[in-house]
Amino acid sequence: MRNSENCRQLLTSLSDYIDGTLEEQLCAKLERHMAGCEDCRIVVDTLRKTIYLYHASAQPTSVPADVRQRLYQRLDLEEFLDR
Amino acid sequence: MGKDGHSERISLEALQNGDRVEFARLVETYSPLIYRLGLKMLQNPLDAEDVLQETFIKAYSHLEGFNGRSSLSTWLYRIAMNEALMLLRRKRPQTISVDEPWGDQEEERDPLQIVDWCCLPEQELLSAESRATLDRAIDNLPTALRVVFLLRDIEGLSTRETAEVLDLSQAAVKTRLSRARLRLREDLSTYFKSRLEG
Repeated sequence: MRNSENCRQLLTSLSDYIDGTLEEQLCAKLERHMAGCEDCRIVVDTLRKTIYLYHASAQPTSVPADVRQRLYQRLDLEEFLDR
Repeated sequence: MGKDGHSERISLEALQNGDRVEFARLVETYSPLIYRLGLKMLQNPLDAEDVLQETFIKAYSHLEGFNGRSSLSTWLYRIAMNEALMLLRRKRPQTISVDEPWGDQEEERDPLQIVDWCCLPEQELLSAESRATLDRAIDNLPTALRVVFLLRDIEGLSTRETAEVLDLSQAAVKTRLSRARLRLREDLSTYFKSRLEG
């Protein structure tokens, strides 16, 4: 990254910025920096996209029936299996 | 508690009084979460099943001592994470402990891949190959980063809850989450760069 000192400062607050938890003043500073730094804009955009991708590709996980059955047996809860 | 919001519906008092119906409700409510965490941590259904069973056996035997200061789900996640880490250490002895400082005070590494791949079509971004690349990248994260990433970004726990589960400071959780995300971005950028060039 070209403007390395400012860019490094940005890196430390990037996650909070993307989560919307960065305080307003720092947010404005970061956005001013990004307006003049193409590299940082790309890092922010691709980081945001990375987070989007792992949420979008998450598959719902359920407990397979045989795993559930063994769990209830192990816990001595078989009577609740069909409820 | 986080996104599941089940804990208020389960009575700790009933659980601690030995109410089996309530314990069955606890198991039914939280077993999908614990099983998924086991799968993500260990990448193996048999190990995930071990984590699932051991978590509820330990929860049952320690219910009396649970003081209710954290939510039931945070407590269960904590037991499950300890089980998963124990199994992981047995399988990968080089796995470092979560509570090691792990460079929390060090500066962030500079991103190396400055490639704008956001313009790629959605079907390319979400292809089976890119999902597999992402899964590998997550699996390759150092354990100290991966556990934070899984709890915060996959399971949806808050920073405070993640800190409670892992016995870390909230600052350490934030630092590690940021590093995990940046590493995943780096790996995905390397992959998508080759797609853009290819």
